[in-house]
Amino acid sequence: MNDLVQIVNLTKVYEAGRIAINDITLNLPKGRIIGLLGPNGSGKTTLIKMMNGLLTPTSGSIRINGNEVGVETKAHVAYLPDRTYLSGNQKISEVLDFFCDFYEDFDRSKALEMLKSLDIEPDRKMQTLSKGTKEKVQLILVMSRKADLYILDEPIAGVDPAARDYILRTIINNYNPEATVLISTHLIGDIEQVLDEVIFLRYGQLVLYTSVDHIREQKGKSVDAYFREVFAC
Amino acid sequence: MAWTMENDRPIYAQLIERIQMQIVSGEYPPGAKLPSVRDLAAIAAVNPNTMQKAFAELERSGLIITQRTNGRNVTEDAELISGIRQKLANEHTADFYDKMKSLGFTKQEALDFLTQSFEGDKDNE
Repeated sequence: MNDLVQIVNLTKVYEAGRIAINDITLNLPKGRIIGLLGPNGSGKTTLIKMMNGLLTPTSGSIRINGNEVGVETKAHVAYLPDRTYLSGNQKISEVLDFFCDFYEDFDRSKALEMLKSLDIEPDRKMQTLSKGTKEKVQLILVMSRKADLYILDEPIAGVDPAARDYILRTIINNYNPEATVLISTHLIGDIEQVLDEVIFLRYGQLVLYTSVDHIREQKGKSVDAYFREVFAC
Repeated sequence: MAWTMENDRPIYAQLIERIQMQIVSGEYPPGAKLPSVRDLAAIAAVNPNTMQKAFAELERSGLIITQRTNGRNVTEDAELISGIRQKLANEHTADFYDKMKSLGFTKQEALDFLTQSFEGDKDNE
């Protein structure tokens, strides 16, 4: 078993009976940068939250490195949520302390080095940072862990093009053949050339899992253009 | 600067063309050391596995040589490089002529355009 993530018959039904994830079976290998794509409400964040143990599946299973999602897998999954969970009152340096305490695999000197390269002073409070800078700081925190799986939920939404470039370059520079990066986004065009593979979700179902160049080869168009075609209203 | 990719073709094919062009144009002369896959992927802002695939293809064609301990170098085989240069020139010329033909110009008129265009380019004697 070489697959890092094994998802089998995964289903999530919310209270009102709404099916958010509908019987997904999917294996993700190591050493890839994978886009998780789908329109709003297609189940991207629900899937990500189940991979992080923040939601429990209604049925089916997710294994990461052979382990059911739980305490063991959380130690090896670095997660950038779509909303911040850090207190605005904390200084960046205090957040670094927090990450050191929480995650055995957190590399503080790496984080400091990355902050320095961006001229971000560690004694600044989180709430004083611009949206783009805050996104960069949170990405630095996540990428400074030596995890097996990095899950980034909408890391480039609402940041300016320079911040977006920095974020994409950081993801490339931290590439590790033993780890996989899963990035959810609806801004496909911006990120396409950084991805190996893409997952298309619609109404909680898996529509497609294939490589970017396979789509370009077969369809003669970008993943972005193909996505618009598949999900045309 | 990130490399700009066209939308209608595989990315790895465009990486191959781009690196080929850098070699043929002398930006990376014969025998020159090439950046690592990781560094070049970061410069181009593309996926490292895709860059790896492009390098593997360039190795197969003999344009790039991998030394076990010393990274990757451009081939010393000047003949191979000039062969590829020739091939690219033929492709561009054929492409030009096809386009002129579809615009309704004759062979002679297409040639006249070329001559005129070259006369305008005085810097490049």
